[in-house]
Formats: sequence, structure tokens, C-alpha cells
Amino acid sequence: MQPAASTATLLATPRILSGRFTLSQAALALAIGLLLVIFLVVPVLTVIYVAFTNSDGSLTFSHFQSFFQLTLMREAFYNSLYVGAMSVLLSSIFALPLAYFTARFQFRGALLIQTLGVLPLIMPPFVGAAAMQLLFGRSGSVNLLLLAWFDLTIPFMEGLNAVIFVEALHYFPFILLNLTVALNNIDSAMEESAQNLGASGLRLFRRIVFPLAMPGYMAGAALVFLKVFDDVATPLVLNVTDILAAQAYLRITSIGLDDPIGYVASVIMVAASLLALWGANRVLRGKEYATLQRGGSPLATRRLKPWQAVFAYGWIVLVLLLVLSPHFGILLLSFSKIWSYSVLPETFTLDNYATVFRESPYMLWNTALYCGIAAGLDVVIGTAIAYLMLRTKLPGRGLLDFIATGAVAIPGVVLGIGYLRTFRDLSVPFAGVPFTSFWLIIALAYTVRRLPYALRSCVASLQQIHVSMEEAAQNLGANNRRTIARIVVPLMAGGILAGFVTSFLTAAVELSSTIMLVSATSDAPVSYGIYLYMQSIAGRGPGAALGVIAVTLVGVGTYVSHRIVRARNVRFDALQALK
Amino acid sequence: MARVKVEFRNIALSYGRTQVLRDIDLIVEPGEFFALLGPSGSGKSTLLRVLAGFSRPQAGQVLVDGVDIGDTPPWERNVGMVFQNYALWPHLSVERNVAFGLEERRVPADEVKRRVAGALALVGLSEFAGRRPNQLSGGQQQRVALARTIVIEPRVLLLDEPLSNLDAKLRHHMRREILALQRKLGVTTIFVTHDQEEALTMSDRIAVMDQGVIQQVGTPTELYDRPVNRFVADFVGTINFVRGRIEHRAADHVRFHAGGFGAIELPVALVPDGEDECEISFRPHMVEIAAAGAPLLPGYQWLEGSIVSGEFSGEFVRYVVAVGEHEIIVDRPRATGASLFRPGDPVLTGIPFNQIRVLV
Repeated sequence: MQPAASTATLLATPRILSGRFTLSQAALALAIGLLLVIFLVVPVLTVIYVAFTNSDGSLTFSHFQSFFQLTLMREAFYNSLYVGAMSVLLSSIFALPLAYFTARFQFRGALLIQTLGVLPLIMPPFVGAAAMQLLFGRSGSVNLLLLAWFDLTIPFMEGLNAVIFVEALHYFPFILLNLTVALNNIDSAMEESAQNLGASGLRLFRRIVFPLAMPGYMAGAALVFLKVFDDVATPLVLNVTDILAAQAYLRITSIGLDDPIGYVASVIMVAASLLALWGANRVLRGKEYATLQRGGSPLATRRLKPWQAVFAYGWIVLVLLLVLSPHFGILLLSFSKIWSYSVLPETFTLDNYATVFRESPYMLWNTALYCGIAAGLDVVIGTAIAYLMLRTKLPGRGLLDFIATGAVAIPGVVLGIGYLRTFRDLSVPFAGVPFTSFWLIIALAYTVRRLPYALRSCVASLQQIHVSMEEAAQNLGANNRRTIARIVVPLMAGGILAGFVTSFLTAAVELSSTIMLVSATSDAPVSYGIYLYMQSIAGRGPGAALGVIAVTLVGVGTYVSHRIVRARNVRFDALQALK
Repeated sequence: MARVKVEFRNIALSYGRTQVLRDIDLIVEPGEFFALLGPSGSGKSTLLRVLAGFSRPQAGQVLVDGVDIGDTPPWERNVGMVFQNYALWPHLSVERNVAFGLEERRVPADEVKRRVAGALALVGLSEFAGRRPNQLSGGQQQRVALARTIVIEPRVLLLDEPLSNLDAKLRHHMRREILALQRKLGVTTIFVTHDQEEALTMSDRIAVMDQGVIQQVGTPTELYDRPVNRFVADFVGTINFVRGRIEHRAADHVRFHAGGFGAIELPVALVPDGEDECEISFRPHMVEIAAAGAPLLPGYQWLEGSIVSGEFSGEFVRYVVAVGEHEIIVDRPRATGASLFRPGDPVLTGIPFNQIRVLV
């Protein structure tokens, strides 16, 4: 080959799509990688570094020793594990029967159960926690009634019980939804062939149905554990401080950034989260999700016998009442003037809303700004990573995905502490304020924390697009850039939108990193505002009012986006089916 | 449309250790309807993707109209490809799908409109312009894919198993339609298929591929009548093979002998010199069957055998006849009222001398 020709080859090579990558793709990957390193990897490593080193930088385990010598910290450690485990257990008790009813019986509760699945998710547990005290506390509505009628009280909200109860009530849908999907995906042929070979009843359920649905259950259970472990606000609102997240937060904010105990607590939290994820993965490994074969049908549903119907509907109504109680509670609280030692508030008022509209509209704006930035960045980064992963052979693309997804295992408090420590000497150019008290850092924390959701959504939607869709565009004259703009992104639009909404809404109710990073009340988003109000008895009314407003907005947002995504999916489904 | 020649020179391509294409040399003449025929995994689709620019060979050149396009990206090649799954974009209407290539070429809007209308008229879908692809039937989607490709007036038209997603009846109809369209446009067309009947009925010439190698290139009748090797003979149509050896060579004939099969005398012209180990082949529908004792036609080698099985399929009956240690497939046309042979019936099998081919 002549020199001129080989130069031409060199120049032309990066333009070819298949099996290669272009310089601009590499640059994009590098930029995203850098962002992830600066705002995820380095802060987390900093936390770990501080936990394991003396002030002179030498390796030490003494911080861990002193951590476990403190009675409070030992208790916090055990309490966190206990609360996590018990929340998973209680969530399972709520969710298992519901999932089983929908999969196995013909009955009209399906819509109710779907509602049960979504309602708790649009309201973070800390918002309803105060109201739950009023409803289920020692002198709350329920116990007042129980005392009057049966002369007994149930300690729903005593100490750690309160956290477990509230968390389980909010997070059991993770188990319910995952398990329902898994059960619905079991081919009836699986069950029928077992029956054909002589299995029936509970034995059939134990040996065939449950193992096939296990991955769904484990995924849900791991999520519940992570969520509970991560949550710092709910315990604080409920006045429970002897758990890890709360201790990490309190040590850093009250004793200071140099106190190593907070870092040790952080490292333990990260380790526990990773362990939970790893454990779930281990159980799932090698076990394929049961999937419906082409032309297969889901498990046969039976008619409910009368006693079964009573039990099923009874259970649904009970869970529904419990699920609705925080919503109902903050609604009541938001309209109440005084509410204590009574079943229902005694005086109703609109003052709380007036207070909120007078004092905190800027919080709504802050939330919109931070979450808008975060969700926007998330879908851009998510789309980019999805594209690099699925459509190029760029070295390191898997690592990018791994790091971005890894954010799931980092509790918000830990990320917040990492930011404070890593960027503590950095100031914002021109503005002259420290970076750690600049509002943008909150948006960046949201971006990192919600990236896994947006990324999964983007990856899933790109996976649905057959690569020939893009090849056809190139064949007709569109280069890489034009193909992405005209074909890939429009076809991914549903998934991108879903990713944006999920990121936005979940960021809007985020408090664990927010609580670490808000340095001035004027920078506070709604979630922090609610928390602040809830700190004082007098603030509970306005806090509930703000909560009602936030939950309403989140609910409407969820509903609208759900409708949009569904409309798009229906439109494309017919064609996808051809493949 | 311009008629251009396509040349593949020494193309080699492998994915890791798997060699997908080996030393492919092929010329497709201007205006030809050319088929790449082979089983799945034979490399035929990959060869098409090499031409379209979606697969990059490790060695060799692709020339279109005498110009090496190896370094040209797919979007500048102007070789229109119709994908097996049509790859119609669900977010664009039929009209916008067809307009895509013209828009990418910065064709003025009014001309886009005119040419899109023309292309849709050509495939008979004018009234479906505003629909979404998923509102069309499989056959209609196929036509949109065709219109979307030919509207840009590509130098070469590539069809990747375009009929495999259609039901049998529609497939026959679309065969004729695609061929008529190609004749009308005169565009050099390369067509990938695993269906030998499709290749035989539609193509000017066919390249039979197996394991990344072109086994034979020729017109449909050449491939059918004179397959160069066992693979081609077997893949194109149904055929009987009998392995044996040349026992005796005379001036005008040779004697072929296979175990339990008896001897067959063949015209010397059929048999290559030298090699004695060989295989004879003949098509099932040329073989006659006669009941024992029936009058025998001349020009056939008649061998005694017995019926193993018979399958009635409408137009003909396919018998398997045991002749010595060989099983011979025999297809006989079905005449109304004729009685069928039963398994075990002794028969005489007549193999016509002039239909025998010898493969070394």
C-alpha cells in the first residue's frame, strides 16, 4: 500500500461505526468519567481514607477501635442492622400476600394493589413520620381509640419500632412491585409441567413458583434494605438518633469535619450497602429471571373461595388503610391548629398554608432548579453511557457503567460528608464563596445519586432499539451524529423521559445528602424545608402543608409522565413485536 | 438509474477466531439481479454488510463502479440496503421514512415531496403516506422499506433476506413484484437468501456460499444442472448421491461400480480422467420406477430394489427405494387414480444415463 493510501486509511478509520469508536466518543467518555471520578469516586475514597488514617496520613485502625469502644456507636451499629432487617421483614409481611393474590387469583383488587404500589413511593417516609406519631403514637389516635374500646395500647411508635413501622410502610412497594412482575413472568407451562409430574398445593408453590419468583423478591428486599439504611431524616424526625446515618450526620455537623468517628460510621454504612447488594447479586447469580416464552401464558388464576376472598380483601383494606395513614395524617395535620391527645384535630385552619406561601415559595423554586439540573444531567449522561456501552467498542465503557451504577450503594449522608471534606478548601471562582456552601453542590449530589435510575432507563430503552434502525439511517446517508439526533434519541424519547421524571421526582424528596449540604436556609429545597419545619412542634402544621403541596406535585408529575410514557409505548409496541 | 459493476477482491473477514469470509472474489455485472445463496452462517449477509460499510474486512477490496470504497463510511456509499426486519422507524410516518434519505442529501423540499410521492406510487402505497409503519401489514412494510431505499436512487440495491418475514403466499407475490421493480429501474441488485427456490426463480446469476467461501457462481440452470461439488448439488435442489469407483475404462464408455448397486455404464465424456474413486449424482424427479415385470424404457440403467417408504405431497409422490445398500430418492408425478407402491414392494428403478453427473 502506498503511503498516501495508508494515511487516508488512518484518517478515515474513525469515521466507520462498526466495531470501532471515534475520537469524539472517546472524549465524551473521558468527560463523563472525569465527572464521576470528581463527584463520586474521590469523595467516597476520601471518606474511606480519613477513616483509616491518622492526621499525618499513616494507616490506622484506631478510629474503628474508638468507634466500637463508644457504647452509643455500638448501639447505633446494631440498631441500624436491626432496623434494616426488620423493615425488610415487615415489608415482606405487607407485600407477600398482596403479590400472591394478584398472581394466583382472579379478583378485582388489581387496581387497588397497583395504587398500593405507587402511593407510598411518592411521599418520602420522613414527611409523614410526624403525622404517624399523632396517629399511631402512645397517645395517638389509634391508641386512644384502642384504650377507650379495649383498654390496651400497641407500641407501634416506641423507639426503633417507629422507624421500622414507617419505613416498611413506605418501602414495601419495592418488594411488591418486583415480586409481582416476577410472578407474572412465570410461564404457566412451568407450573403445569410440575403438576403433570405430580406436584401440587404448597409443595408446588415451594418448589417451583417461589424459586422462580425469588430473584424478584431479592431485588426488592435489597432495595428496601438500602433505602432504610440510607435514610437519615425519618429517624431524626422521629427523634431516634442512635442509628448510624443519624450519628454520622450528627458527629460531622456538631463535632466537626475532622472528627473521624463520623467517617467510620460512613465506611460501615457503605460496607453494609455493598454487602446487601453483593448478597442479592449472589443469590441471583446463575438464576435466570423466569421469563414468559413467546406465546406462553402467565400462571393460571383461580377463583377465590369465600374465606379466601374475606382474607384477601381484608388484608388489602388493612394495608391500604396503613398506606394511606401518613398521607391522611399530614393532610389533617396541615389543616389543624392544635392536635394532641385527641383522635382528630380539634380546630381546623388554613393558617399553615398561608405560612408556607408566605415563607417558602423559594423552596419550590430551589427544588425545581436543583432537580431540573440533576435530572437533565442524568439523562444526558445516561443516554451517553448507554450509547457508548451498547453501540461502541470503546475500552472502559463497562467501567463507566459500573461506576455510575455504583452510586446506588453510597448513602446520601456519606456522599455529603465526602463532598464537604473533599471540596472544603475549594471556593467558587468570582463568587468568593466556598464551593461546599454553593447551591450547585446540592444539584451535583442529586445528579450523582439519581444517575443510576436514569441510566437504567436509558439503557433499557436503547436495548429495545434494533441496531438495524441506525444502520438504515446511515445507509440512507446520515452520519453518526445525524443518526443519533434523528433516530436514536427520538426512539429513546420514552425511556429518556421516564428517566428524567424518575430522577427529578426522587431527587425532589431526597434528604440524606441535602441535609449535609444545605448551608443557608435560602438555598434549601422543599425536602429540607419540610424537615426544618418538622423539627419544632409549632412547625409541624406548616411542614405538613408544605409536604401536602410537594406530594401533590410529585403525584401529579408521576401520573402525567406515566400517561405520556404509556402512550408512547403503545404506539411503538406493535413494531417492536415484529422483531 | 446508473448501472454499475460491483467487485469483491480477496475479501477476508473474521470475528476473533471465527473466519466469516475467506478470500471472496466476485464480480456482479451492471444491472444484474444477483443472489447470494447459502445456509445461515455461510457469510452471505456479512458480505452484503461489507458492501454497505457495516462490516470491515481485514483484507481485500470492494469496488463499486471501479472505485475502491473500503474507506468510505456507510453514509457516503450510496448503496441502498433493505433490511431483513425492514428497520422502519416507528416514530416517523411512512412519508417521513421515505423522505429521510433525500433530506440527508439536502434535496430541496418540493423535490423531496415529488420524489417521495413517486416512490410510494411505484410500490402502490400512495394512500398510506400519512400512516405510521406499525399500522401497515408485513407486505406493506416491506414495500415502504423498498420505497425508502430506491427513492435515493442508489448505485446498488442490497436486499437482505427481504422476504423471510412474509407468509408463503405473499412471498411469491413479492418475488414477482421486486423483480419487476428491479427490471424497471435497471439497478444492480444483490439479494441475500437461504431459500434456493427464491434464488433460482429470481436471479440472473447466483453465488452459492458455504462456510465463508463461494462454492460456485453461475446462472440458475448452470448451478442446477452442473453443480461443481457435493455442497452445491445438495443445497440447490434435492439430489441422490452414490459413492463408488470406476472399474473399467473403454474407448466409448466406462463402468461405474458401487457396492450392492451393481454396475452402471456411463458415456466416457461424463467422467473425468484419472480419479477412480468418485460419486455419481442424479435428481430424484428424473428417476423412473417400474413394477417388477413391466416393460422397461431404453436409455435408463434399471436396477432392482424395493420400496422403503412413500410420501404423498400432492404434485408428486416421494419414494425412498433401497437399491443394494443405497437408498435412492425418487419423485414421481402424481396422476389421478394411479395406485401407489407400498413399502416392501419389489420395483425396478430406472436412472437415466444422460442425467447422471459424476463428482470427484
